[in-house]
Amino acid sequence: MSAAVHPLLRARRRKAALRNLAFLSPWIVGFSVFFAYPLLSTVYFSFMHYNGVNPPTWTGTKNWSYVFRDYPLFWPALRNTLWLVVVMVTLRVVFGLGVGLLITRIKTGAGLFRTAFYLPYLAPPVAATMAFVFLLNPGTGPVNHILGDIGIPTPGWFTDPHWSKPALTMLAVWGIGDLMVIFMAALLDVPKEQYEAAELDGAGSWVRFRYVTLPNISPIVMFAVVTGVIQTMQYYTQPLVAGKVASGIIGNSGQQFEPGYPDKSTLTLPQLVYERGFQRFDYGSACVIALVLFVLAMAFTALLMRRRNGFLSAED
Amino acid sequence: MSRIRKAATAVAASAAITLLASACTGQSSGSADDDAGKDVTITFWHGWSAPGELKAINDNVARFEKAHPNIHVKVQGNITDDKINQALRAGGSKAPDVVSSFTTDNVGQFCSSSTFADLAPFLQKSDIDPAATFPKPMLEYTQFEGKRCSLPLLGDAYGLYYNTKEFAAAGITAPPKTLSEFKADAVKLTKSSGDSYSQLGFMPDFHGYESTPMHVAAQWGVKYFDAAGKSQVAKDPGFAAMFTWQQDMVKALGGFAKLEKFRSGFGDEFGAKNPLHTGQVAMGIDGEWRAGMAKDAGMNDLAVAPFPVPDDQAATYGKGYLSGTIIGIANTSAKKNAAWELVKFMTTDTDAVVSFANAIHNVPSTLAALKSPKLDQDPSFKTFLDIAQNPNSTTTPPSVNGGAYQVTLQDFGYAYESGKAKDLTQGLKGVDTQVDKDIAQAK
Repeated sequence: MSAAVHPLLRARRRKAALRNLAFLSPWIVGFSVFFAYPLLSTVYFSFMHYNGVNPPTWTGTKNWSYVFRDYPLFWPALRNTLWLVVVMVTLRVVFGLGVGLLITRIKTGAGLFRTAFYLPYLAPPVAATMAFVFLLNPGTGPVNHILGDIGIPTPGWFTDPHWSKPALTMLAVWGIGDLMVIFMAALLDVPKEQYEAAELDGAGSWVRFRYVTLPNISPIVMFAVVTGVIQTMQYYTQPLVAGKVASGIIGNSGQQFEPGYPDKSTLTLPQLVYERGFQRFDYGSACVIALVLFVLAMAFTALLMRRRNGFLSAED
Repeated sequence: MSRIRKAATAVAASAAITLLASACTGQSSGSADDDAGKDVTITFWHGWSAPGELKAINDNVARFEKAHPNIHVKVQGNITDDKINQALRAGGSKAPDVVSSFTTDNVGQFCSSSTFADLAPFLQKSDIDPAATFPKPMLEYTQFEGKRCSLPLLGDAYGLYYNTKEFAAAGITAPPKTLSEFKADAVKLTKSSGDSYSQLGFMPDFHGYESTPMHVAAQWGVKYFDAAGKSQVAKDPGFAAMFTWQQDMVKALGGFAKLEKFRSGFGDEFGAKNPLHTGQVAMGIDGEWRAGMAKDAGMNDLAVAPFPVPDDQAATYGKGYLSGTIIGIANTSAKKNAAWELVKFMTTDTDAVVSFANAIHNVPSTLAALKSPKLDQDPSFKTFLDIAQNPNSTTTPPSVNGGAYQVTLQDFGYAYESGKAKDLTQGLKGVDTQVDKDIAQAK
């Protein structure tokens, strides 16, 4: 039998709870408006037929079966998105770390190299993508001219379904300035004594990197991977622009265009969300695709968190 | 750690779903009870953006304002269909009252979703008989399932552009009238240079700008849907004949890979370096606007003729694919009667239609304007006027999900021309199945 709580104590506890709630309220409001409500709405609309004009009507699992069974763009877009998550994120992290390592070791001209590697990150995505499409144009682009001159086979790049995603990956790797900066900060933060101790123990450069550098910067690597996965899940502008420019069909207002040129190879899930939701105004199937993206983003993040100590620092 | 993890997952989640957060919007009743005789300002959205086109549309609006001094028009150009669709769903005081679209593809979507108001009561009130006012194909592409939610605002006709200088050099004296003559001319006009071309007779690839399956298929007089609204591209023999002809042209002109490589070096379709302007391509299918663009780009060797027809349909020579700009009234508008005055003026006033057609070199969209003596008598323009009036000319029909069925057919075309899809019959059946599924999903 628990003793009865004194009314004064109860009032104090209630007051404390209200105060805590008041402090939490900005977060609660933000979470409810920008996370919980959209999430619940998305689930709700995924079971409705709704075109934004007429009232929504219940359709059961029709939208789900349409997306998974009858919508011909869904599976290619899913495959492309997963390909980009695995390949593009990995290469961006590897190159970002590699450039960061290189620049932290350069004795002279580090500032120049730092600027040179960071600048591409500042290029507007549409302009950068268009520039890449023109540079890699198989007919008139300078890259293929050079490759042809030195006897190397010339790929179709953005016009070839086998080369379009590698070409997009090249574009993404070109813009690794953001990762380079955070890796440089992390690398400069590794205690020098640990390197000295390792050297005294006879550790070579690879062993020093593997057992000193990597454990120290692993939280930053994890951060880069998780944010990279999330960004790649939202990859929209570059593949859309590349596909449209390379296809040659820029199009008039309202003109139909081929999604994911060439041969759906640049199609990503966010493009489908836009196409279903804001071009075809089939909010139901757009919500299904948005939920697939949500589940994928959660799954990747959870997997990565379980694989490693997550954002814990090395000494934790 | 858990806080950061939560933040990361929250970002991932919200990024995926906030795109769809504001789906619920209000709609007006669609009634028209405003007084068009009172002083009022309406908003008109259109897609034109080139300086000459903007001047032409603004001049037209100025003529309207002079005739209706109490109605003021706020004009907004360079508007795409995506923006129109989104704005008409959002509504609000800044939403447009009158909207026009460059394509007929989305009329089905505009009408079935009721984002555009039904114009039948307005036409009746103004005593306008659409059948006696507008050409038949234009009447067809501005309504959906009996609901007239838009009217034609000038039209587009597609024909054959050919380079007279290159024709003369090849010893060709007249434009081809049948597809077998066309093939022979295209081969004669093609000059290979290594693994590319110094001159190509015709770019048959479906990415060759306007040489899309829909534009070319019009020469076979195809029908996309049966009476029940089901896709019938596998049943209509015109589609199979068109794809077979296109593949034959691809083979005759050097093969898909070589053509695609050459195509990738083309300049922008609407820029000065269009391959018809540069002489890289000797013949091409295109709309009436190309003539003016070519002259602006300094190309004066292009002449125009109707696009050739299949040999077994030689009697129908003169037909072509038709499309056009459409105009309607936003259902969210609270000033529909005033908006109707502008729509009526722009679509049915003969002088307004003729002046606008002459200014931007589009095909006039009323029967009276087509016969007007004030109409530009330029020979190339005259060719397109004839194509527009040819009873065998056709267009792509409106559909509940816009041009989705065209994208499906186009996708199959890309797969077939590249060799990825090999079975034409099965492929066309697949197109029918997919189109029907997409329409069922949209309903």
